[in-house]
Amino acid sequence: MNQHTQLWTDLGLDVPLHEKLVDSLGARYGEIIMSQKNRPRGMGYFDEAVHESHGGRIQEIVDAKRQGAKMIGTFCIYVPDELILAANAIPVALCGGTAFSIPYAEKMFPRDICPLVKSTLGLAFSKTCPFAPIKDMAVGETTCDAKKKTWDILSQRVNFHVIEIPQKKTEQGKSLWLQEVRAFRDRIEKLTGNTIEYGVLKDKIRLMNRKRLLLKQLNELRMLPEPPISGKDALVVMQVALFDEPERFCTKLEVLIHELQERVKNNVSPFTPGAARFLVAGSPSVMGNWKVHHIVETSGGAVVCDESCTGTRYFEHLVDEGGGTVDEQIEALAERYFSIDCSCFTPNTERIDHIVELVKNYHVDAVVQYILQYCHTYNIEAVRVSGALKKAGIPSIVIETDYGEEDEGQLRTRIEALLESVKG
Amino acid sequence: MSVHTKSAIGIDIGSRMTKIVRICGGTVTDAEMFDTGHNPLVELSAVMRGLNGDIVVATGYGRKLVQAPFSCGAVTEIKACARGARHLCPDCDSVIDIGGQDTKAIELGKNGGFGRFEMNDRCAAGTGRFLEVMASALGYTIENFGEEALSADMPVHVNSMCTVFAESEVVSLIMRGEDRRRIALGLHMATVRRVAAMASRITVGGRILFAGGVANNPGIGALLRDELSCELVVPERPEFVVALGAALIGLQGV
Repeated sequence: MNQHTQLWTDLGLDVPLHEKLVDSLGARYGEIIMSQKNRPRGMGYFDEAVHESHGGRIQEIVDAKRQGAKMIGTFCIYVPDELILAANAIPVALCGGTAFSIPYAEKMFPRDICPLVKSTLGLAFSKTCPFAPIKDMAVGETTCDAKKKTWDILSQRVNFHVIEIPQKKTEQGKSLWLQEVRAFRDRIEKLTGNTIEYGVLKDKIRLMNRKRLLLKQLNELRMLPEPPISGKDALVVMQVALFDEPERFCTKLEVLIHELQERVKNNVSPFTPGAARFLVAGSPSVMGNWKVHHIVETSGGAVVCDESCTGTRYFEHLVDEGGGTVDEQIEALAERYFSIDCSCFTPNTERIDHIVELVKNYHVDAVVQYILQYCHTYNIEAVRVSGALKKAGIPSIVIETDYGEEDEGQLRTRIEALLESVKG
Repeated sequence: MSVHTKSAIGIDIGSRMTKIVRICGGTVTDAEMFDTGHNPLVELSAVMRGLNGDIVVATGYGRKLVQAPFSCGAVTEIKACARGARHLCPDCDSVIDIGGQDTKAIELGKNGGFGRFEMNDRCAAGTGRFLEVMASALGYTIENFGEEALSADMPVHVNSMCTVFAESEVVSLIMRGEDRRRIALGLHMATVRRVAAMASRITVGGRILFAGGVANNPGIGALLRDELSCELVVPERPEFVVALGAALIGLQGV
């Protein structure tokens, strides 16, 4: 019996099924992540965080809730965590990255929607998501049709708030977005009964900026000729960032970065010298999903950059810390989050330019556009991205896939061929 | 040993068939093929016992499977196909390869390399397997399917390209009393539309080599030529292009 079984029972989870999920994730993590050679010692904390994501972290949140905190589930990096934190609430991203739970979502939902939405819902419906029973509210957003319509269903059984993301980066769009951020503040204040105060918000803005800066620092080390950390491990750090307690996360990330800097000095890298450098662009790879990174890195390539919500989109751009009033702080927050270049926007030229810039900065040899099946906006935007990469002389492929393993053979062939085309 | 006397063997373990080509100098000395089946290593070992080669290169789905037992190198079928195509057709711009389970369009580079490529994902639409299932649904053999299709006076439009749905569509067309040659032509046209759409992302016009087992089907070749308005070159025994490419990579280096 797991040490957390009592906790899961108390939360009303389907304990036997949940143990199967935990075992299957644990086995995959062992096979894909732990089996890597020459890992930094500092990854130990992040391995433990993954391991305890359904155990220790849940206990921690349950304890905080007893002290009066609230927990807010999110599904998108457009949700300003700063406002949640400043109201004494805990933000946790609830996106699912496992194929395990998909059949449970398909009992109710159409099959042809994206695996991330299905995995997330399947975890909740099958009573294997320990965050579901402890959240006080969930926050959805309007980045895609599958999500929008999912919220309609979820809001019938869960305390739910939907933030509207505009679709054009015009003055009207900006103004709508600012109103949405303000409305979110009001909703959070109502839920928690706390007024968001200037000093606290200032601290939380600083905290999240620190987190972004550290992630940026980690990623800058991946620009080096011999990156000190594998793409899979860097992805694990990003995945942990989405649910871990931010102060502790920053402290542990600092330790890891320090070790990585030492590794750079001593020329320690998990990659063989001269390994082809890959950028993975497009859809996020959330907890449980290491599919593309694993194929690339077991084919002899190195993932050196992630252009996704579990990558640059999460940590680039800081919130201006100079706001003198809560209103100004909220404007600064709105401005930072509005700079995210999600494919839900039209036009989205800045994303295309940004990918070309990342290719240069990270000395990328080849790009894999990774599209979750039925993620139409990234899938269609791939046409423009491919065009821009072709113009820049960078080989690339587009792969559209879900969380299943049945297409691994074909994906391996395509990724290895891309590798061969780089090596000439 | 000079390049002229050195021999190399290319093994292409595809989803349906395994192809083996031995070359010595610039000449193909042996070409063998058998059903990949569920345990390709047994038959492969038997074939390999009868062949001697200085170097062996494996490709195709099973490339990793045979690497250890035959202590050989492994390359993707995309690279091998490009090399084989360039050898057989020095002035081709690209290659379309339709195999048992995959369809590929590859832009050929200089010196036997390759540029952009497209490949179908997990769906078997527009592949040899699709044609096999459809031929059987209509009571044709895979060998006469293409000719029968070309003998139709007009096609019946087939909507679905999903192997499962197309089969039920075919059944309902038969039940409606449609001529089976017309249905066969419709199925060929649907396949070609799918393949042409993929190939158009890589190349428009020019000279294209048509490789893979499906290139033996005259219907697909003729319709593809029309659809792409290009010069489509079908080599003798197109199913061996990839194995030949692997052998050439063995002989000439990667």
